[in-house]
Amino acid sequence: MKAEWFKGAADAAALQGSSSRRGFLKAGAAATGGLVLGFMLPGAGRLARAAEAKPAVVAPNAFVRVAPDNTVTVIVNRLEFGQGVHTALPMVIADELDADWRQMRSELAPAADVYKDPVFGMQITGGSGTIAHSFTQYREVGARARAMLVGAAAAQWKVDPARCRTDKGVVIGPGGQKATYGELADAAARMPVPQAVTLKDQKQFRYIGKPMPRLDARAKSSGRQQFGIDLHPQGTRVAVVAHPPVFGAKVAKFDAAKARAIRGVVAVLEIPVDRGGRGVVVIADGYWPAKQGRDALAIEWDTSAVEKVDSARQLAQFTELSKTPGAVARQADVSKLAGAPKKISAVYEFPYLAHAPMEPINCTVDLKDDSCTLWVGSQYQTGDQAAAAATAGLKPEQVTLHTVMAGGGFGRRAVPSSDFVVEAVNIAKAYKAAGHQGPVKMIWSREDDIKGGYYRPSHVHRADIGLDAKGNIVAWDHVIVGQSIMAGTPFEAFMVKNGVDGTMIEGMGEPYGIPLNLTAHTAKANVPVLWWRSVGSTHTAYVMETLIDEAAHAAGQDPVAYRKKLIDAKHARHHAALDLAVAKSGYGKNKLPKGHAWGVALHESFNSVIAYVVEASVKDGVPRLHKVTAGVHCNLAVNPLTIEAQIQGAALMGLGTTLPGAAITLKDGVVEQQNFGDYVVARMNEMPQIEVHVVPSQDAPTGMGEPGLPPLAPAYANALFKLTGKRLRKLPFDLASA
Amino acid sequence: MVTLNINGRDQQVDADPSTPILWALRDNLNMTGTKFGCGAALCGACTVHLNGDAIRSCVTPISAAAGQKITTIEAMEADKVGKAVQDAWVKHDVPQCGYCQSGQVMSAAALLRTNTKPSDTDIDNAMSGNICRCGTYQRIRLAIKDAAKTLA
Repeated sequence: MKAEWFKGAADAAALQGSSSRRGFLKAGAAATGGLVLGFMLPGAGRLARAAEAKPAVVAPNAFVRVAPDNTVTVIVNRLEFGQGVHTALPMVIADELDADWRQMRSELAPAADVYKDPVFGMQITGGSGTIAHSFTQYREVGARARAMLVGAAAAQWKVDPARCRTDKGVVIGPGGQKATYGELADAAARMPVPQAVTLKDQKQFRYIGKPMPRLDARAKSSGRQQFGIDLHPQGTRVAVVAHPPVFGAKVAKFDAAKARAIRGVVAVLEIPVDRGGRGVVVIADGYWPAKQGRDALAIEWDTSAVEKVDSARQLAQFTELSKTPGAVARQADVSKLAGAPKKISAVYEFPYLAHAPMEPINCTVDLKDDSCTLWVGSQYQTGDQAAAAATAGLKPEQVTLHTVMAGGGFGRRAVPSSDFVVEAVNIAKAYKAAGHQGPVKMIWSREDDIKGGYYRPSHVHRADIGLDAKGNIVAWDHVIVGQSIMAGTPFEAFMVKNGVDGTMIEGMGEPYGIPLNLTAHTAKANVPVLWWRSVGSTHTAYVMETLIDEAAHAAGQDPVAYRKKLIDAKHARHHAALDLAVAKSGYGKNKLPKGHAWGVALHESFNSVIAYVVEASVKDGVPRLHKVTAGVHCNLAVNPLTIEAQIQGAALMGLGTTLPGAAITLKDGVVEQQNFGDYVVARMNEMPQIEVHVVPSQDAPTGMGEPGLPPLAPAYANALFKLTGKRLRKLPFDLASA
Repeated sequence: MVTLNINGRDQQVDADPSTPILWALRDNLNMTGTKFGCGAALCGACTVHLNGDAIRSCVTPISAAAGQKITTIEAMEADKVGKAVQDAWVKHDVPQCGYCQSGQVMSAAALLRTNTKPSDTDIDNAMSGNICRCGTYQRIRLAIKDAAKTLA
């Protein structure tokens, strides 16, 4: 998701007054005392108004709480699922608040209007947008809280606040008076919230820009961190669902006798599932009896009314479609193609990919007559809350959604259809209707996850490129075929333009000065698709960066020099990132071990530019990635330690897409893969050494969660070309048949 | 009723003998530090020690563990090797989402108990059964080597 696509949504949200800038900050006291600083929205939901009327309640509008015990808790308006916002946003507040890092704590915000992403206008964690969109928002909160603490101290000491200063959680008066933030918290809660605050000069940053360790590292190294799947509200039972083998299929009949006979099984019920399908849920005292119960079900499925996708057939269809132009995304003159002295013609294939986050999909629901409480690792609280309400037949304000720490997601926990949240609420409804009460925790097995859909869509790209005698690209005709992620979702209105889904073509063309004529076919298939870490760039970067490399070789030029010639001076960040990766890797200077080769790729996504220089080899036909040197341009580097982690992680996920077995395929409508045995992801023995270098900058920070992924696979492929002379047009890699 | 010795304490578990140790820990004993990742011994998130060896608790039934010593992530802070591993994990800022890390720590602790100076290949062999989708492997490798030094 890109900020600009959401401009329409954000504008609409601003008109409705739900942009945070239209709201106002309000101080209140927590039930336990201390200062709570939160946003209040005029005309916002019932909860915010209730909080305003009763400030003694810990309200779901808080952004920071300074407690009398001297802790400072930052409420994070996103999901933490590895990307580090649970540490980055506290850093931002701690800096402007001038707090001591040791007093900082973090908490995830529940669903509420005040926590909407200020750019997207909805509460969503995506588009690598947390720091990019909420950096200033959180700085301002920190600065205001600081001003109130200083004001409280100055009032106590009867001095001019301007003569007070702060240092690591202590206000220091002109006469050397000292008071900790904790001591001042109650008094600060009664101070007016300043209208305007001056933010720090970047030179004054104490934490921002420094490698700060994660606040959750200890909890996550000791098993103490609780994830959604670990929560067990009083009386919770576990639900495991038998999903139809083909998306949207129905239950013809089922026999639950054997399932019901299993000790601990409480209920077996037929429920609606995603895409109009039906499933059978087994609810039991724990996961094991529920799973055993599901395995014991005898279900006859009715797949007669649904399309049964076959991957081989789909590939043939997509390939055929790619021979004709699709809807126009970008126009250029391709008349020079026919007479060009050199030509490159290529067809690329990309499979469906599952996100497969380590924590299996789960959602706990406590449904009552007039309320519904959810505990879910949601990337999309606004949509999930609304979908839960609609499913339960309640109003959104009757639904409380607790955002809980999630074990990965990569996009799978932000679903426009809210598929698994709706499924969990449907289970709770059926459970309640059958006379039961109490919370139900739906847990998907890994097989449910791998087979459960919402994949990165499969694609075919066809490129016809003409080069002149000097190797300049004189024409580039390009067709993309794939399913639209956005069609049929609430995002379609502003993300599908002229029949082209923006997510299918993002990353094509830029930053190169090339005459690219680009069209796209939107194919339909009974396979649910979704954004997958870095979205369209997962395939467009591969195609662009391997083709540019191929053009450089056709021109007989060095791929780095060729790229730099094709990128104009306006793209200074691209040059800087590429130059840094080249310099730090020793590309073109250092001698590589025998049998090793360099590969280069460069890509911008989510407004950050990543260049990779990689070193690879092939031994006995098996490719191996040894080393990756990253040049990163993300403007101001808020937490270099997290940036390094995100690049290492995204690069590894990119490497994962090249490994044999990294593909979801279907036969007769049934997903053929089951688990990590046949859906391959990268493991320790595949990990290359990754060095991360960041271009220094003071500009407003840009995304970091996703941009490290796209350029890895093409850089690796470019190195393998040098070693084998083979252009790998298909992911995952298959050197033998290339 | 099956008696399990967990972290040095005998505990009664009222569950079907086929129940994997993982689910006895999580659902019967409310010990949620051990994670469910795949249910098929393919990802390592559920790794615990059985008599000191790393095993996948998601496929090991409680009937096979009666009378033997099960050690879980919850006991690692009080364990010399486990504590060194956890400290190295924090020092190197290893976790991202953190979901797989209980299993990673358990596999690393089992490795370091028998191999005080693991090579890269030793680490690959001991740790490749533990999947991390966030890609923390490089820091895990550094942390294991660091923990080995601290323990030497």
